[in-house]
Amino acid sequence: MAHHESTPARRRRPLLVAEMTNPDGALVQATESPQRLVDMVFRLREYGIIVVLILFIAVTTGIQPRFLGQQNIKFILLNATIYALLALGETMVVVSRQMDLSVGSVLGLSAYVSSNLFGQVHGIPIPVVFLAGLGVGLVCGVFNGAVTAFARVPGLVVTLATLYIIRGIDISIIGGGEVVASSLPAHFSAIGSDSVVGIPYVSMVVVVVIAAGTYFLRSFRPGRELYAIGSNPDAARLVGIPIARRVFTAYMASGAIAGVAGVIWASYYGTVDSTAGTGYELTVVTAVVVGGVAIFGGSGSAAGAAFGALLLSTIATALYALGVSPFWDPAFDGLLLVLAITLDRGIALRLAEVMRKRTFRHEP
Amino acid sequence: MEREVGATGTSDPEVAEPGERKRSPGEDQTALVLEHATKSFGAVHALVDGDITLQWGETHGLVGENGAGKSTLVKILAGVHQPESGRLFVNGREVTLDGPGASRAAGIAVIHQEASVFPDLSVAENVFIGREPLRSGRRIDFKTMHEEIAVIVDRLGVRLDSRRIAKGLSVADQQIMEIAKALSLNASIIVMDEPTSSLSAHEVNRLFEMIELLRCDGAAVLFISHRLQEVFEICQRVTVMRDGRHVFTRPLAGLVADDLVQAMVGREVVDRAAGGGQQMGDVVLDVEHLSREGVFTDVSFTVRAGEIVVLAGLVGSGRSEVARAIFGIDQRDAGSVSINGRPLRAGSPTDAIAAGVGYVPEDRRQQGLVMAMAIDRNIALASYDHLKRKGLIWGALERSFASDWASRLRLKYGRLSGNASTLSGGNQQKLVLAKWLGRNPSLLIVDEPTRGIDVATKAEVHRLLEALAAEQGVAVLMISSELPEVLRMGNRTLVMREGRLVAEFSHSEVSEERIVGAATGQTEPADNLAKTDAMGHGTP
Repeated sequence: MAHHESTPARRRRPLLVAEMTNPDGALVQATESPQRLVDMVFRLREYGIIVVLILFIAVTTGIQPRFLGQQNIKFILLNATIYALLALGETMVVVSRQMDLSVGSVLGLSAYVSSNLFGQVHGIPIPVVFLAGLGVGLVCGVFNGAVTAFARVPGLVVTLATLYIIRGIDISIIGGGEVVASSLPAHFSAIGSDSVVGIPYVSMVVVVVIAAGTYFLRSFRPGRELYAIGSNPDAARLVGIPIARRVFTAYMASGAIAGVAGVIWASYYGTVDSTAGTGYELTVVTAVVVGGVAIFGGSGSAAGAAFGALLLSTIATALYALGVSPFWDPAFDGLLLVLAITLDRGIALRLAEVMRKRTFRHEP
Repeated sequence: MEREVGATGTSDPEVAEPGERKRSPGEDQTALVLEHATKSFGAVHALVDGDITLQWGETHGLVGENGAGKSTLVKILAGVHQPESGRLFVNGREVTLDGPGASRAAGIAVIHQEASVFPDLSVAENVFIGREPLRSGRRIDFKTMHEEIAVIVDRLGVRLDSRRIAKGLSVADQQIMEIAKALSLNASIIVMDEPTSSLSAHEVNRLFEMIELLRCDGAAVLFISHRLQEVFEICQRVTVMRDGRHVFTRPLAGLVADDLVQAMVGREVVDRAAGGGQQMGDVVLDVEHLSREGVFTDVSFTVRAGEIVVLAGLVGSGRSEVARAIFGIDQRDAGSVSINGRPLRAGSPTDAIAAGVGYVPEDRRQQGLVMAMAIDRNIALASYDHLKRKGLIWGALERSFASDWASRLRLKYGRLSGNASTLSGGNQQKLVLAKWLGRNPSLLIVDEPTRGIDVATKAEVHRLLEALAAEQGVAVLMISSELPEVLRMGNRTLVMREGRLVAEFSHSEVSEERIVGAATGQTEPADNLAKTDAMGHGTP
């Protein structure tokens, strides 16, 4: 800026500052301590889910000691791995005040297309299969993102439509057939089953991916801008954040991640028919919300969402271990969702109350 | 005016009057020139001839009624809107602002009228959003962000924790955040679109001190306000706009408020003074020992039929909260409220409405109207029990009811079936009033009924409320932060301080000094408070 040399905007004026009155000083100070409380609670919100998880495991193990067997741990982790991976993409979409309901269908289509390659191309390398799954997801994500971001249709509606469209495509390709486990090469099936001390390798990889995703959302501009868009879309426009591009990218990432999750799903379950991944979208959204991501955007983390997925997966297995009919599983998920949202709301209201009284008491 | 720029300001040799800044000879004093800018939205010509010239080291007022094109002009300077024609020069060079980024790069910082705060992000992120300092690997450098803000906040002489999330910040603190943003941008041209409309007097003073600080540092400040006293207080020159056109730009010295009002309106505003001697009827509203823990304590007063009672007080004094508790939106912890002798149930707006209470809230966009609903339905919203025949609501009945009230209140609208959001601010306020008047209320509570409304509509709203009281015997409880309005409207004025009623003045006793004195707890009001509107609104 040419005028900066002549405009000493940087010069500090400590004398004037010292002269400035601050009649509201006491008010500012008073509002600070409840604010710390708010920050603390929001941080606690993510740790809280870990506490709930540990409590749940402890209680279940107390009743049924065999619950913490290696086989169970492996099952819980593998199950959670797919949901947690989907939750990473979903988090990116949800923090920007959108929603992706197509992830289950994308997973299903990708699972079939990728695993079917083994029958069609003899000796196809596994990385190529993963790329194929990624590609299927990417195409779906690009479509979702383009219609939402550029045609400005609410993403909830767009992905509700693609949930059916992609499932329809899946069914028309597969027909009544299916990919059977025996047609898959052993080293592909191993991806979903090999483990060390009960911890599957694929879970370790996904943990690293989620950690990277969480770090990206927290420490890089495009990540922070997703939060900004979800927090206040109008203000985001005023400060010049490329909203359409960011939302498009979030959908694209969610699609691509669902595509990769589809390949992992195929290697884990082996048998892929046209119902693969049905209903996953709602479980994923539940995991995201239980994990502390605000349903209307702006706050929450991918790590929290992953813990949400782990909690849901643990509950499902625990119910089984406790001899509760698995039909009760969805009811428990729903209950947990209501509890999480009620708790969030209750804490928010209680905090508002505390802040109200403190602010008033400190007023001069 | 009489304001001093801090005690050291006048003795500091580097503090400049506009046009006196130390510059090399021949250097241009002009910071920014916008010439003949035009902008249309569909058939609406928002800006027909937008002209503004800012100089370094001046605070320049921009005034005009709602719809005069001020906000469009601001959005052009912000890079949000692109003008269809016209030229813009910044520091002598012609520029094209094709986005908010280009505007920032040109050294312009805009503090927008509507809150541009990201409630879930930290203060630091709010300040640096979209241009965060980066460290290796394009990662955001949070440490530098916090350090830079600490420097700026120190320079402004305020306290603001850069790590807290913005949720829960007061409007004043949000503005400090916006100013910090302008400073961190190193912006030398700062545009403030109605920055004072939600601030209390103390906060306005603090804001003005910051504006003076920026101006004395050589910045050019464009200050937009509906409050003319503020323009006279803080600005050196003023530009008046009307109907999207530039009317004049003049130094404020030698001008009086009426000159601006006439230029804004294009005619004289008839604003007759309220009489004090209306015939009062029976007690309509009787509030006894009303308390809500931490908000207000032991509030008792009455309002009679045909009487206008004004609640005055500083920010946080509990005025709006008392109104909300009377109407039943907030619970009360103790005390009673009765209408025409019938006690109201606590916490039940339904009961209050049934008893004949109408409530026009402070925030008409969020609370007073359903913005995405048709104008006629908004008017009919509170009157459906009168519009029912055989248990159904008839569209024709609804429409004729709505058009009747729209014409009685002289509402300016395109189509009655258009959304409430298509109306201007003043007409939106008339719409809220129409909704309640349609129910023939015996008590009308109006909270800041004229905030953000242009001068002519404001006078119309005043006349309307007076007519309601005088001719229909409606009891009116009004909350206002504008002293002229308080003085003009109140048959009686009640003053609140820290949640308690501290004073009551009749129409003949009331004066600005007395209200300010009671509201601040000082017997001798401070000079700077008495001059300008000293009231804050009651946002909690």
